Amino acid sequence: MTRAIRGNLWVYLLALVVVAITIGPVLYGAMGGFRTNAQLADKPAGLPDPWVWTNYAGVLSNPSFWQYALNSTMIAIITTVVTVVFGLMAAYPLARYQFRGREALFMVFVLGLLFPAAVAIIPLFIIITRNLQMANTWWGVALPQAAFALPMTVVILRPFLMALPKELEEAALMDGASRIGIFWRVLMPLSVPGMITVGVLAFVTSWNAYLLPLLLLQDKMRTLPLGVADFSTEHSADTAGVLAFTTLAMIPALVLFLAFQRRLVSGLQGAVKG
Amino acid sequence: MTYDVTEAAPAVSGHATSDARRTGAVRRAPGGSGPRGDAWRKRLEILVFVTPALALIALFVAWPIVTAVRFSVYDWKGFGDLTDFVGLENYAEVLGDEVFRSAVGHNMVIVVGSILLQLPLGVAIALLLNRKMRGQGLLRTIIFVPYVLAEVIAAVIWLQLLQPQYGFIDALTARVGLTPPEQGWLGTPEYALWIVLLVLTWKYLGLAVLLFLAGMQGISEELYEAAQLDGASWWQTQRRITIPLLGPTMRTWAFLSMIGSIQCFDMIWVLTQGGPADATATMSTYLIDEGTKRHNYGIAGAASVILFVVAFAMALAYQVLILRRDVTDDAPAKQHRTKRKAA
Repeated sequence: MTRAIRGNLWVYLLALVVVAITIGPVLYGAMGGFRTNAQLADKPAGLPDPWVWTNYAGVLSNPSFWQYALNSTMIAIITTVVTVVFGLMAAYPLARYQFRGREALFMVFVLGLLFPAAVAIIPLFIIITRNLQMANTWWGVALPQAAFALPMTVVILRPFLMALPKELEEAALMDGASRIGIFWRVLMPLSVPGMITVGVLAFVTSWNAYLLPLLLLQDKMRTLPLGVADFSTEHSADTAGVLAFTTLAMIPALVLFLAFQRRLVSGLQGAVKG
Repeated sequence: MTYDVTEAAPAVSGHATSDARRTGAVRRAPGGSGPRGDAWRKRLEILVFVTPALALIALFVAWPIVTAVRFSVYDWKGFGDLTDFVGLENYAEVLGDEVFRSAVGHNMVIVVGSILLQLPLGVAIALLLNRKMRGQGLLRTIIFVPYVLAEVIAAVIWLQLLQPQYGFIDALTARVGLTPPEQGWLGTPEYALWIVLLVLTWKYLGLAVLLFLAGMQGISEELYEAAQLDGASWWQTQRRITIPLLGPTMRTWAFLSMIGSIQCFDMIWVLTQGGPADATATMSTYLIDEGTKRHNYGIAGAASVILFVVAFAMALAYQVLILRRDVTDDAPAKQHRTKRKAA
């Protein structure tokens, strides 16, 4: 009995250490935002004493912060909508139609997974700036991001669509529905859980993206990750301000993750298993 | 499982059905104008559904990659046409560049180091969290938080923690009686890459734990019950049952980790920009440096192609040497899994 309790104690202690290392730096950032630079320099490991709100207030009253947040949000929304709509459309015939070359067509998407974005990034920058004249716009970042998210989306959605019972389609067909009608009225509503999974993945990936926005966006068009990185170099002496800025920038992704934790996790696991 | 519309036509005899399926064209649907018009309609529908995705991929993935290959055989500084054809000179220059060669080495350190650090740690933490305990759900959420953060955000926080002298880490080092390096941990070439590796481990360990936990939940309860009946201890059970059966999950995770490490960019760009003295340069930072700061698009193109070849070769080797075992060894396990997924 006592041995069991002692054993459990070790488990909890170990878990505590893991938690401290995992979440410690994040909490340090959040807490640091409530301290002054003098406090931070004096006692790097201390708690806020007294708590100061000026760092957070400073960031929240900074119009650039809101401009970056707006850019991040719009780019993430466009990326998500395009990825989910185009991805579901492409996955539909690949899952529910019988036709020659179906597997070959699916392989095109699987092959798309193999190309690291870094390989295409410099030409992408040239093509978007010169050929398409879309540099420094929301769409110029969102469309390539959607293109790179599509292979994974199709790979996740196809088995999902395949698993839906075919009796549904048969019944709709008997009632005289066309296949496009079936897609809209029967399969779309049933695919909502799968769409949420790929949608949240696309949103968070876009929200966190750095390299492509770094090359394409300047000044007022910058996104939050760019804003955070630039703020930390421009105000390198103001550690507390940097920590406050960084903490506020991470909140949306965290909230989204907590809200859709189960979907996101099952999506990632599904992608690995599939 | 795939829905073939021929099955919906009840009047067709069995023989005709198999025939129709072979040609893959004939079917009868409400409103269709005979078999031939119908086949065309079906093709048109497929086209309508698939084209937007394919067009986007062609425009923003395929075209840039083809362009990278084209750039790689020209000397081009970003203005005028591509006229100065130099053959494979750019490749020779990249491969002869000491900085690029060391960058490939750094990528390999990150590939191998990530797996060597995250595999044992990830398995250990997953085993810990797989025990029945209070606050299990909360623990699983917390462990995954660093993975959800942007690499840039994680990097900026660690940059503050690692500040020379005034940072948390230096204070901690001094507290235990060691002298932190004068230029800071990230400012000293001998340490910088290892610190980057540690920060990457912190960031990505949560994904490993999560995937391993999922793999553990796929292991049949009966095996554990049998082990318990045989009087096996917790540790024996983990060593003989859990860890061996986690093999396929570990191998798939390692593959993903490897592909990520090869491309590693954001974290390094914010932490060190590839410095000090190129001590943390990777293939990605090298080609971004050449492409954006020096406008050597030919060199950047050649480096991109080499990056792709390295990534592709490693992926292929991994598939052939390691993942192939899963296709034969774990065939029954896989079957079981698909059945469950379909249900």
